[in-house]
Amino acid sequence: MIADNDITHTLHEQVVTAIDSKQPLHIVGGGTKAFYGNETQGQELNTTAHTGIVAYEPSELVVSVRAGTRIQELENLLAAHGQMLAFEPPCLAPNATIGGAVGAGLAGPARPWQGTVRDHVLGVKLVTGQGKIASFGGQVMKNVAGYDVSRLMAGSLGTLGLMLEISLKVMPKPSHELSLALEMPEADALELGSRLRKDAMPITASAYFDGCLYLRLGGAKSTVKAASSTIGGEVLQQQNEFWQALRNQTHEFFQQYDRPLWRLSFPPATGMVSRLEGSSLVEWSGTQRWIYSNIPVNLIRSIAEKYKGHATLYRGRLPGVSTFHPQPLALLNMQKRLKQAMDPHGIFNPGRMNKDW
Amino acid sequence: MQFDPDLKARLLFQFNEILPAECILTAEEDLRPYECDGLTAYRRVPLAVVLPVTTEQVQQVVQTCARMNIPVVARGAGTGLSGGALPEENGIILGLSRLNKILEVDTDNLIARVQPGVRNLAISQAVDKHGLFYAPDPSSQIACSIGGNVAENSGGVHCLKYGLTVHNIQQIRLVTIDGELVTIGTETLDNPGYDLLALLTGSEGMLGIVVEVTVKLTVKPQTVQVLMADFPEVVAAGEAVAAIISSGIIPAGLEMMDNPAIRAAEAFAKAGYPVDAAAILLCELDGTETEVAEQAASVSAILQRYGASNIHTATTASERAKLWAGRKSAFPAVGRISPDYYCMDGTIPRKHLAHVLQKINDFSEQYGLRVANVFHAGDGNLHPLILYDANRPGELEKAEQFGADILALCVKVGGSITGEHGVGHEKIDSMCVQFTEPALEMFHAIKRAFDPAELLNPGKAVPTLHRCAELGAMHVHRGQLSHPELPRF
Repeated sequence: MIADNDITHTLHEQVVTAIDSKQPLHIVGGGTKAFYGNETQGQELNTTAHTGIVAYEPSELVVSVRAGTRIQELENLLAAHGQMLAFEPPCLAPNATIGGAVGAGLAGPARPWQGTVRDHVLGVKLVTGQGKIASFGGQVMKNVAGYDVSRLMAGSLGTLGLMLEISLKVMPKPSHELSLALEMPEADALELGSRLRKDAMPITASAYFDGCLYLRLGGAKSTVKAASSTIGGEVLQQQNEFWQALRNQTHEFFQQYDRPLWRLSFPPATGMVSRLEGSSLVEWSGTQRWIYSNIPVNLIRSIAEKYKGHATLYRGRLPGVSTFHPQPLALLNMQKRLKQAMDPHGIFNPGRMNKDW
Repeated sequence: MQFDPDLKARLLFQFNEILPAECILTAEEDLRPYECDGLTAYRRVPLAVVLPVTTEQVQQVVQTCARMNIPVVARGAGTGLSGGALPEENGIILGLSRLNKILEVDTDNLIARVQPGVRNLAISQAVDKHGLFYAPDPSSQIACSIGGNVAENSGGVHCLKYGLTVHNIQQIRLVTIDGELVTIGTETLDNPGYDLLALLTGSEGMLGIVVEVTVKLTVKPQTVQVLMADFPEVVAAGEAVAAIISSGIIPAGLEMMDNPAIRAAEAFAKAGYPVDAAAILLCELDGTETEVAEQAASVSAILQRYGASNIHTATTASERAKLWAGRKSAFPAVGRISPDYYCMDGTIPRKHLAHVLQKINDFSEQYGLRVANVFHAGDGNLHPLILYDANRPGELEKAEQFGADILALCVKVGGSITGEHGVGHEKIDSMCVQFTEPALEMFHAIKRAFDPAELLNPGKAVPTLHRCAELGAMHVHRGQLSHPELPRF
């Protein structure tokens, strides 16, 4: 049972007080992704007591939930109706909240096939930077009234407003899933990934680690079976545990803390990326690559750029290094003005998205 | 008020420095075609129309207008249905139709880089030989252009499964009000910083001018099947839609039409629709052959359980095209049975369909105007077409009020005033019904962050708080004045 606990009033008051006293806030849900983004200073505002399902209609494919609700509890409810959050937000610990998932904007193994967090955000209710409560978007799939503030919240790291409620599109779970393990060199795995993309195979996850490509297939049983015999390889036992471990980063790869962990994003058809030394894990058919590396920041970022990608310092902050890839000045200024427009008093997680604001 | 002829002369002089003469329209007869978009009820003649052929020209035109404080209304193919491209009398139309090249098709990364004036359907046609298509398919896709699709976040009949424009674009290049060219989004699956691509999609030309779009291409499914089911009652058809989705099937398209819409479409397109049915459902399934066969069997069983009297299956491309032709021509078909029609675009949670359709019928009687309903049933997007005759005094006003009542009803049941057509000029007052003052304030703040002097498509999409206050004074609900904190005129 998810506790139905509406503390809108308290949260709203905290924001108003922060505005009046010019005291920046540090918004925290479960605190499981505190390492992500640039460091922020501020008084902690905790959302975990703001829980509950505001509305859930399985046949409408929509759930509206308070931001402090735990991802796991929400997913248990959806699973009871054969549904899921298709973007598979990482749940780094059981207390991870849905507000944190949307704020961080991180998606799991299914991302290239099912879309990312913002693709599933339909509406949000916020405490705004003016200390007012306002709703954007809604509970319907199609809604183009007003600027799309709700999708903008995904990945904004709590810097544009305090999310009170979020409406998400939910999807039916595939009726059948099967995972395959194929031993092959990394270059071949990337090549195979490109081929499968163009063949519209029913892939729902892909990972390459330690000389082995792992693929998850999902859909109607007959389709999955046909695809698995085309692709070949060994059937992966305990597939749920495997993909959960990747998604929630409990997989052994993520248990290294001696070097910074970089997350590199590349265009889909990117092959082997040279000069990236270190221990690595490739996901999303090559579009997301994790690497532990001590190579200089500028070098890693220039390599990413060379392949039309970008590099995020995911975990292990380094002095003077921004979490996110540098951007052109005009683009940066546009975002700065947006931040100032939505958070004119500068109280929401200052510095977390960009060190300077 | 007459526009300062001196200022106009200076503006045109500047444009002549930037553009060849044939790209600048100023004669009355040349401006007339630009006085409205697909919503013909509202018309204004702009000062001038400029039709640049390069991105640099767009930048220079915008810079010039910003310097001289001249409003800029961007326009694509002019098929919009909410008056989003309605000109300002003291401003220019920046027509992007001549930026119409497909710059690159990348079949490895499954993207196409196109200019904003490229027609929606032309993208799918260009990549068809690679077994690919561009998924969003608004009914106007033979004419509407991709820049307009981005401005409106256009949908279509396949968005339940394939998403809206926002889900199917990767990157845009935007000219800001300062004339700067900024690339928004990346070629990867995410970007550092805020998701400006999401914010800009559907921003109705009010935050910047889109001069290039990188769209995602989708691999064509192996097999497509369309089922058509006729129902003796509208309610049963609505329940069948909910049952299909609850069963875990996401159809590629799921459309509903009521009897007046069926009759109009059949008379026009000869699609083979049953003219006596109270409602029909069109359900498109796609995927692998086995998958489609399994889903078709499940859907048929559900349709029967909910009382479908006939189920017709179209498997060949030509049969499918015929069934869709009826649906896609519903608007012109209704145009043939009435001198004018007014198309609404509200969305509702599907469970309220029966209630909403009943209320629309009640309004229809109350206003004495006929209505035909077409419905993107899968995603809750209603298109009631209100039939009226603009030549009869007062009928347009009645149709507008009828439409506003429908939109208020959509908001009341938890929906939205617009699913895919945009707010534009048309639904600006209905925005006051859907949004509270703090939300509208936020929209204005965002607008100013991108366009401080408010020159890009001014006055559209977001009403001023004063406008809402005045409107509230006209519609006092339960003795409560909305926005009581605002001073009144």
